[in-house]
Amino acid sequence: MRDYQEILKALPYSDPFLFVDEILHMDENGCEGTYLFRDDLPFYRGHFKDEPVTPGVILTECCAQIGLVCLGIFILEKSEKRTFENTAIALTSSEMEFYIPVFPGERVRVKSEKLYYRFSKLKCKITMFNEQNEVVCKGQIAGMIKARSDA
Amino acid sequence: MTQNDRYQKLRAIIEPYLPDDVSADSITLESHLINELNINSANLVDIVLDVEDEFDITLENEDMDDMQTVGDALNMIESKIK
Repeated sequence: MRDYQEILKALPYSDPFLFVDEILHMDENGCEGTYLFRDDLPFYRGHFKDEPVTPGVILTECCAQIGLVCLGIFILEKSEKRTFENTAIALTSSEMEFYIPVFPGERVRVKSEKLYYRFSKLKCKITMFNEQNEVVCKGQIAGMIKARSDA
Repeated sequence: MTQNDRYQKLRAIIEPYLPDDVSADSITLESHLINELNINSANLVDIVLDVEDEFDITLENEDMDDMQTVGDALNMIESKIK
């Protein structure tokens, strides 16, 4: 079992589709993490033309990577009492509402509360805040967690 | 509550999770939840959680594996409430 600071190493993503910088806190009931949307991220070139704004799907992805995938790996390893080399999490549903745009260069904080983890399904209530502590978006995201092979 | 009452309740639980291309009329005891009713694994978990609430029972991981058809689910409920 790894420390939650080590969870990032277990993530199956890499640049330009890794949307987690740091996990600030994590326990079996929830977690909190941050991500800086660098202004050189490739999607800003096209969303929108000459007016870069972070796409809602990317905000959702960031919420899911921090709030569902990081937490899911942690909960799975805690409940199985071992470390997995290869964890796959399939997003199964997301219901998000968006309130404030996130522009290039902004750092966001994602807070996730576990609603339930049963039969390999993790469902969380997730909220994203900007640096002014305003709610950027919030909603519920769920996924199925599978450990593919042992470490 | 008779077994038929429980069957009707189970059908009512399953119904909202059916994809648009599967009719509620196609639910029978023999229906395979995943292969025939096209319920995905995530929604199958939701059905199990709803079944637990409705019948005030607790299901384990093994029970989930044994629950292939609507009839399996009904038998599971019957065995748990005894």
